Amino acid sequence: MSDSSSSLIPHITEPHPVTQMTNGRLAMWLFLASETMLFGALFSSYFLIRAGAAQWPPEGGRAGDYLSIPSASLNTLLLLASSAAIALAVRAARSGSLSRYRMLMGLNVLLALAFLGIKGSEYAQKLHHGHLPSTNNFYGIYFALTGFHALHVIGGAAVNGYLATLGGALWNRDREQLICRAGNASLYWQFVDLIWLLLFASLYLF
Amino acid sequence: MSAANPPDSFLRRYVFSLDHKTIGLQYTITSLFFLLGGFCLMALMRWQLAYPGQPLPYLGKLFGENAMPGGVMQPEFYNQLGAMHGTIMVFLGVVPLAVGGFGNYLIPLQVGARDMAFPKLNMLSYWIYLCGGILMLAGFAMPGGAAQSGWTSYPPLADLATSGQTIWLLAMVFVITSSLFGSINFIVTIVQLRAKGMEFFRLPFFIHAQLVTAFLLLLAFPPLEAASVLQLMDRLAGTSFFLPTGLVVSGEKLAVAGGGSPLLWQHLFWFLAHPEVYVLILPAMGIITEVIATNTRKPVWNYRLLVYSVLFLGFMSFTVWAHHMFMTGMGTGMSTFFQITTMIISIPSIVVLTCIVMSLWGASIRFTVPMLFALAFLPMFGIGGLTGLPLGLSASDIYLHDSYYVVGHFHYVVAPGTLFALFAGIYHWYPKATGRQMNATLGKIHFWGSIIAINGVFMPMFIQGIAGLSRRLYDPTIYAHGRVIQPLNVFISISAWTLGLFQLPFIYNFFASLKRGEKALENPWASTTLEWAAPSPPPHGNFESAPVVYRSPYEYSVPGAATDFSPQWRAEA
Repeated sequence: MSDSSSSLIPHITEPHPVTQMTNGRLAMWLFLASETMLFGALFSSYFLIRAGAAQWPPEGGRAGDYLSIPSASLNTLLLLASSAAIALAVRAARSGSLSRYRMLMGLNVLLALAFLGIKGSEYAQKLHHGHLPSTNNFYGIYFALTGFHALHVIGGAAVNGYLATLGGALWNRDREQLICRAGNASLYWQFVDLIWLLLFASLYLF
Repeated sequence: MSAANPPDSFLRRYVFSLDHKTIGLQYTITSLFFLLGGFCLMALMRWQLAYPGQPLPYLGKLFGENAMPGGVMQPEFYNQLGAMHGTIMVFLGVVPLAVGGFGNYLIPLQVGARDMAFPKLNMLSYWIYLCGGILMLAGFAMPGGAAQSGWTSYPPLADLATSGQTIWLLAMVFVITSSLFGSINFIVTIVQLRAKGMEFFRLPFFIHAQLVTAFLLLLAFPPLEAASVLQLMDRLAGTSFFLPTGLVVSGEKLAVAGGGSPLLWQHLFWFLAHPEVYVLILPAMGIITEVIATNTRKPVWNYRLLVYSVLFLGFMSFTVWAHHMFMTGMGTGMSTFFQITTMIISIPSIVVLTCIVMSLWGASIRFTVPMLFALAFLPMFGIGGLTGLPLGLSASDIYLHDSYYVVGHFHYVVAPGTLFALFAGIYHWYPKATGRQMNATLGKIHFWGSIIAINGVFMPMFIQGIAGLSRRLYDPTIYAHGRVIQPLNVFISISAWTLGLFQLPFIYNFFASLKRGEKALENPWASTTLEWAAPSPPPHGNFESAPVVYRSPYEYSVPGAATDFSPQWRAEA
């Protein structure tokens, strides 16, 4: 069925002559536009609540006194490395090396899982010390924004994991389509990375 | 489809279909049911408004001792009906019909594509919508009943409401996700899959309207998704995003951290919900333009101006949201800004309406059933739009805010406005979707009954509002100024129930014509746009051979042409 319906639809792997994009690439840009509005609303909420507070964090001091900057810095490095890995995976697929593609895509997923592990241990520490979302809006915002971002990491890692393993079987049937899919996954991943950088700067450092 | 493919199973063809036409019809049928359901909720409320505190005969016993003990409606139940009527009509009725139904069915046909760009995503978006809709209705089964904080769910009220509100928020996340997938699909289809020769200024106006609508859905809905999750956290995780410090409820200080802002919710909500107004109206304008072009047998007046107006309208709709919030004390500077943008946005709306009215000038009009609905749309939407101007200016809005005047205003836009356009669309494209015509006599009964009854419902609301009646009163007679105008409430309720009766011919006609309707060929209205080149109903894949477009969309009565219509797909005039 999927074969018969995909034959009805042009520009799945060959770009449209005017937009210079495949359908999937355009869809991913549109999705990211929508995601920008989602995170835009979340960041705006954060800034508005912060601007209305007498002091931030509510109990005084700096954000770093409450949140762990070392583990967030390590997480930043992990995500940047994972972004590089997926970009190199797409390049490896383009140059025709399936094994290097699988290896780099797998590396991306491992780095993402490491990120989630550290994030999870941060959460566990907060909860252990009785710092809940309900404690005050500083923690509320922290959990809401990083939680939203973590969901995006989980979603992306699941797709990348599929593309590295089972999805890689497309290599023999329709290599172009696999490259397109990996390219779109990479585009999404760079966005998730970018959001993390903004979160790191505005929640932990600023 | 080639003969080599095995025939699709029943499930694949009718239930989990990937064909945009089947999905469009699934959306259409589902949303029509939701519209009927939402109407019934309101019909029930109208009893309480007309005869406050009196037991509802016969039907009253059906709702149980909690909601209507002895047939008398409880205030909590009244609030649930009000909140759910608004939510169902907007998010589960009109938008899925106008966008999911008409958009899905017509976009690939009108741009000359064989299907949507992402058929599986399309199917997924329908099923997510259906899950969200069922979840929303499941709210009624919660302890304390469904959401009862109005369709706007303003905190702190909504933060502290019964658990039905949690269901409302979860269902909204489903509905928003569904429309996100749908809008991406629409835009990619319109941009990437147009037939050869289908340039931007050869697209039917309906497509332009759907394209702008899809961008509004894409960019305006995510903030509400964020806001919904934040409100969910307020309710479930005990955060205080929307709860200020020192909030006192029932004489006791609320035990939360505080520091939040109820106004933040209003900003996030209306940032979605004002573009949402244009999501409700733009597809209707698109449908009206198609119907009027076909039935006037002349080109749409100033097609390019229409297109530019709708693009400008879409852009401006992101800049007017806070005109819903003049009463919140956000400051005169903010109010001034939003008054100015509101006055600016009225210009393109008026230009669109003027273009359509001018298209009637000098035409030999065919008064078909869809054309009757389309013609009625013009003055009805006009009333709705013009009565909005006093609400867009803060001085007059402070008096009229939250009164029945507001209810009358936006219902004129959406009910006899958008809904009439949707009826026009159903009568107009029914022969394309089924291969049969709907019965014209029943259609005319439906039209004349509806137009008279619906004005009986909404026109008196302007008087009620100017007389100062608040829209959220459970018992309108508790104040002296309400008792004076109470006869109007009786009149409105009787009109509303009459309006319901006049939908029966439509419902019968809709289903009976599937079998008994007069057979229709591929182009029964002698129209010019591409969907009429396909067989009726179009097969999977739509066109027998890939269509080529030679001309602009509305070439009717071209001098020297053989017929009074020159279809887009015909090479010679």
